[in-house]
Amino acid sequence: MKVWHFSEMAYHPAWPELQDSYRVVIPNRLYDPKIGADLYHRYLDEWALCDELGINIMTNEHHATATCADSVCTIPMAILARETKHVRLLALGMPIGNRNDPIRVAEEYSMLDVISRGRIEMGFVKGVPFEISPANTNPADLIERFWEAHDLILKAMTTHDGPFNWEGTHFHYRQVNVWPRPWQEPHPPVWMPVGSPGSAMEAAEHGMTIGVLNTGWVRTPPIFEAYRKRAAEAARPMTPQRLAYMALIGVGNTREEGWRRADQILDYSRTSGIVAPQFMNPPGYASVAQSAQALRTSGAGFRAGRIQSRDGRSIDPRRMTVAGAIDAGLSFAGTPDDVFDQLHAFYDHVGGFGHLLMMGQGGLLSHEETVANLTLFSKAVLPRLEGLGE
Amino acid sequence: MARIDIGEVSLEVTITGEGPSLLFLHGGDYFAQNRVFLDRLAGCWRVIAPRHPGFGGSVRPDGFRSVHDLAYLYLDLLEQQSLGDAVLVGSSFGGWVALEMCVRSVERIGRLALIDTLGVKFAGREQRDIADIYALPADEVLRRTFFAPERVAPDYAELDDAEAASIASDRAATALYGWRPYMHDPGLRRWLRRVRVPTLVIWGQSDGIVSPDYGERLCRSLPDARFELIREAGHYPQIERPDPVADAIERFAHAEVKS
Repeated sequence: MKVWHFSEMAYHPAWPELQDSYRVVIPNRLYDPKIGADLYHRYLDEWALCDELGINIMTNEHHATATCADSVCTIPMAILARETKHVRLLALGMPIGNRNDPIRVAEEYSMLDVISRGRIEMGFVKGVPFEISPANTNPADLIERFWEAHDLILKAMTTHDGPFNWEGTHFHYRQVNVWPRPWQEPHPPVWMPVGSPGSAMEAAEHGMTIGVLNTGWVRTPPIFEAYRKRAAEAARPMTPQRLAYMALIGVGNTREEGWRRADQILDYSRTSGIVAPQFMNPPGYASVAQSAQALRTSGAGFRAGRIQSRDGRSIDPRRMTVAGAIDAGLSFAGTPDDVFDQLHAFYDHVGGFGHLLMMGQGGLLSHEETVANLTLFSKAVLPRLEGLGE
Repeated sequence: MARIDIGEVSLEVTITGEGPSLLFLHGGDYFAQNRVFLDRLAGCWRVIAPRHPGFGGSVRPDGFRSVHDLAYLYLDLLEQQSLGDAVLVGSSFGGWVALEMCVRSVERIGRLALIDTLGVKFAGREQRDIADIYALPADEVLRRTFFAPERVAPDYAELDDAEAASIASDRAATALYGWRPYMHDPGLRRWLRRVRVPTLVIWGQSDGIVSPDYGERLCRSLPDARFELIREAGHYPQIERPDPVADAIERFAHAEVKS
C-alpha cells in the first residue's frame, strides 16, 4: 500500500475570528502574510521530511478560505519537485472545470513531471459547490466543462506531433502545442476524488484512480463496489491501486498521545464544512432531484448525512469526537497497533484499496507534533502495510 | 398545458383567453405565481406563455444555452404561429429575452411591456446593477424580491416531487443562461436604440433586485418608452399586484391602438 501525507496548509490563526462561514466571504485582512509565510514553510518542511520517511506527498487546493491556504496546488508541488528526490507527488487536485485555461494546466503538470523526473500524479477535481463563487464559473454546466477540459489536457499531453486544433464547446485553441511534454508515458497517472457511486463509475470508465474523502464506514463500500463493477464492465484493468481512501491519522507512543494528535487534526473536519448556506448548493450544481429535496428542507438536505456513524446515524462534523471519527471510519488513531488494526478492519470492510491518503497534519497540530506523528507512522505502521493492497 | 415544437425545441406553453395576441416571457423564479396575472390578461388577449427551454417541462437541446438562442426561438414562435402586432410582455429575465428579440426584429411586435427587466449593464465594473442572488442569504433574496414576502412565498416543504423538481429546473436553467456575465449581455446596451416599438417600462417600487433607478435608466435608453411605478410591489409586481399591472398594460395597449 502506498501512503500519502496530506495537509490543507490551514491558516488557523484566523479561525477564532470566524463564525458562520470559513469560506468565500471572509476578508483577507484576517490573513497576516508574516504568519502565513511561517506556516507555508513549516508545512513544506513536513512534506520534505516525507521524502526521508518514505511517505508520498499529496496537495490539494481551495479558494478564499482560512481552512486551506493552498490556493494553487501546483505551487507547493513545484517547490517539492526539486526539494524531494524519491517519493511520488500527487496533486488532488486541479479543479479543471473551474479553471479557464486547460492548456495552462497541461503545462503546469508537464513541467512538474519533468522537473521531478516522472514523479507526478495528476488529480482532476470537479470541485465542491462553494468553489463555484471564487471562480465565478457556471455551476449548471460544470460537469460538461470538466470533461471537455479533461479530454483536452490529456490530448495536449500525449500529442507529440503538434500543434493541433481544438474548437470545442467551452475551450477554443487553434495551435495546441504543449512544451515540455511530460516525462511519464503516455502521461502521469490521473486521479479524481469522488463522493458517489455515479462518479466512481465515470472514473472507472476512464481508468482513473479514485480518491475517496470523508465517506467513512457506511458510504465507502458502495463507491468502491461501483468502481470495481464498472471497471470490469468497461474491461478496464482493475487493481487495488485504482482505489484510494483518505483518513485522519493520529499515532502516538500511547493511545492517549495518538488520540490527542487525532483530535487536533479533526479540526479540519470541524471547520471545513462551515460555509454560508447560499454557497452550498449553487443552482445546477447538484441533480434536479437533489436540489428539489434541498428546496423542501430549506437546504438542509443537500450534503447533510455525509458523515455517518457506523450504524448509519448522521454526525455533525463540527462536534465530532475522536471516538466518533474512529467509529465512522474517518480516523485511525491511537498506538501503532491501534492504527494498524483499525486500518486493517476498514480495509477488509471495504474490500481493499491500494492507497492510504493520510491526513497527518490538520488544524492546530504543531510542527513538532506533526513530525512526531509522521515519523512514528513511518517506523511503526508503514512497514506493516507492505503487501496490503498490492 | 399545450406543447409547441419549434425546430428541435419542445416548448411547454400555457395558452389562455381570446383576442389579439400577447406573448408573456417569464422570469427566473416563481413561474406558478404568475397565474392570476395571466388569467387577468386573458380577459383581453389570447395569452401565450411559454416555459423557457430547460425550465419546468420544456426541453433544452444540447448547446442551446444563451439568451440569444431564446430570442431567436421566440421570434420563430411569433412567425410559426403567424402572430402579428403582438403585445410582448417580459418579466425580469423574460424582459431581457424580450429586449434581445426586439433589437433583432420588431416586425411582429406591436408593443413591448417590460416588468422589472434586467439584461443591460449601466454602472461601472465595480458597481452591481443587479443584486447577486446567488451570494445573498435566501431570506434576504426573498426580502429583496417581494414587498410583502409573507403573502407570496410558497411553503416549499409542502410541494410535491414534481413541483419541487420543476422549481429546481427553473433555477438551474436561470443560472445556465445568466451566470456569467451576470444577468446581462454586455453588447445589449449598444443596440437598445433598435427597440423601435412603443414600450411601457413597469417597475415595482420596492424592487431590491434591480432598483427603480435602473428601470428609469433603461426607460431613457429606449427610443419610445415611458415609465410606470407600481406601489407595494417588489421585483415581480405582476405577482404581488396583478390588477394594477394588468390595468397599466391594458391602458398602454389601448392608447397606442387609438393613436
